[in-house]
Amino acid sequence: MSPTEGPAERPAERTVLDARDISRALTRISHEILERNKGSADLYLLGLHTRGVPLAHRIGERIAAVEGHEVPVGSLDVTMYRDDLRSQPTRSPHKTSVPGGIDGRVVVLVDDVLFSGRTVRAALDALNDLGRPASVRLAVLVDRGHRELPIRADHVGKNLPSALAERVSVHLSETDGDDGVVIA
Amino acid sequence: MTRHLLSIDDLSVDDMTTVFDTAAEMHDVQRREVKKLPALRGRTVINLFFEDSTRTRSSFEIAGKWLSADTVNITGKGSSASKGESLRDTVRTICAMGVDALVMRHSASGAALQVSQWVDAVVINAGDGTHEHPTQALLDAYTLRQRLGSLEGRHVVMVGDLTHSRVFRSNVKSLTRLGARLTVVAPPTLMPSGIGAWSKEAGFETSYDLDAVLPDADAVMMLRVQRERMAGGFFPSAREYAVGYGLTRDRLATLGADAPILHPGPMNRGLEIAADAADAAQSVVLDQVSAGVAVRMSLLYHLLAGGDVS
Repeated sequence: MSPTEGPAERPAERTVLDARDISRALTRISHEILERNKGSADLYLLGLHTRGVPLAHRIGERIAAVEGHEVPVGSLDVTMYRDDLRSQPTRSPHKTSVPGGIDGRVVVLVDDVLFSGRTVRAALDALNDLGRPASVRLAVLVDRGHRELPIRADHVGKNLPSALAERVSVHLSETDGDDGVVIA
Repeated sequence: MTRHLLSIDDLSVDDMTTVFDTAAEMHDVQRREVKKLPALRGRTVINLFFEDSTRTRSSFEIAGKWLSADTVNITGKGSSASKGESLRDTVRTICAMGVDALVMRHSASGAALQVSQWVDAVVINAGDGTHEHPTQALLDAYTLRQRLGSLEGRHVVMVGDLTHSRVFRSNVKSLTRLGARLTVVAPPTLMPSGIGAWSKEAGFETSYDLDAVLPDADAVMMLRVQRERMAGGFFPSAREYAVGYGLTRDRLATLGADAPILHPGPMNRGLEIAADAADAAQSVVLDQVSAGVAVRMSLLYHLLAGGDVS
C-alpha cells in the first residue's frame, strides 16, 4: 500500500446496509408493526429527529400501501429533554409536530440507530408532556448495542454488533442524498 | 452565543436567527396543554426590577417557569435598595444565594453592563434607562418575521418619543442588521441629538412627516409617549401630539391593509395610537406579547441550558 493512496490512517469504512437492504428492512418492520397491532387501528408513527422522521414517513407509506389508508405520522424533537444538555453547547430544537394528538394511540417511536438508549429515554419523557398514549413501541433501523439504560426495541431492521469506538452512520436520501448504513 | 445579553450588539445576525428559530418551536409549546420543558430544571433565574413593569417581568417569569427554572421576582420597591443599599451590594447579595441568571431592569443606562462585571451569573438586560431593551427588539423582529417573512428590504416605520426610548435604540440595531429599510419619525423636540450621524452610519432614514412615510410602510411600530414628557416641554399637549404623530383613524386609512401595527405597550389610546388602530385586524400588539414569552424562552434556553463552552 503506497502512502499516497489517500486516507490510509482512517479505519476502513464498511457498508453494512445498502439502499435495497434498508428498503427490505423497512418493509419487514412495517409488516411487523401491523402484525403486532393486528392492523393499523390507533397506530401513530412518531419519528425522532433527525433521521427517524423520514424513516417514520417511509414506514407510513408502506403501511398505507398494505392497509389502503393513511396512518398519522408525526415528528418529535427531544433536545430539551436530553440528559447531556449541560455537557455541550446548546443546540437549536427541531419541530415537534403531533397532528391530531397521541392520546389513546399506539405510538411507535421510530429512530435510525439505537445505541445508549438515552435518546429513547428523553423521547419517553417528551411523550409524557404531549399526551397519554395507550402504549408506546420502538422501531429502529439499526441496533448497535451498548445500552446504558433498560430499554429495548420492539422492531429492529438490523442487529449490528459494534465496538464502542466504532461509528455507525445512517444516510438517508431525504437528509443525506443517498441511502446506506456505514460502520467505521 | 454571548454570555450576557446586555445589548443587541452582543448578538450576531446568525445568533438572532438562531434565537428566532428556537422561539418558533417554543411558540408551539405555548399552545400545548402541558406547557413545560425540562431544559432549565435546577436553574434559578432572578427577575430584579427597579422600574415598574408588567409584561416584561411576567413574560420572563412565565418563560423561565415553562422551561422548569425556578424564578424569583424582586422589585426595587420593598427591597433593601429602598433602605439605601447600593446596587453592587444588592446584586452581590442576591447572587451569593446561588443564582444562575439575573434579569434586570434599571433606570440608569448601563446598569446591566455594570452589574455583569460584578457577578458570576448570566445577566440579561430587561431595559436600562434610555439605553437598550434587547429582548423587546428581538420579540418585535420575531413578530415582524412571522408576519412579513424575511425582513430583507421591507420598510419599517418607527414613530414616537425617540429621545427617551430604549426600545427604539435596540430596534434600530436589530432591524437594520436584519436588512430592513427603517424610517424613524418623531417631532423635532423628540428626535435624539446626533441622530444624523448615527442614521448615516447605521443606514436608516429620519423624518418629521408621518403622513409622507406611512403609505410606503410594510409595518409600523408605534412607541409609547410618556405623558410626563409634556411637563418637560417636549410637546405642548396630548392633542397636538396625536394630531401630528399619532396613528389616528385617518392615518390608518393610508396604511397598507396588510401592514402590521406594532406597539411595545402599554398603549396610550388616543395619544400615540387611536383605538381604531390598536384594535384593527392588522394590529399585532397581542401577538407581540405572546411572541415575548417564546423569544424569552429561546434566549433563556440558549444562555443557560448549555454547559460551559470554553
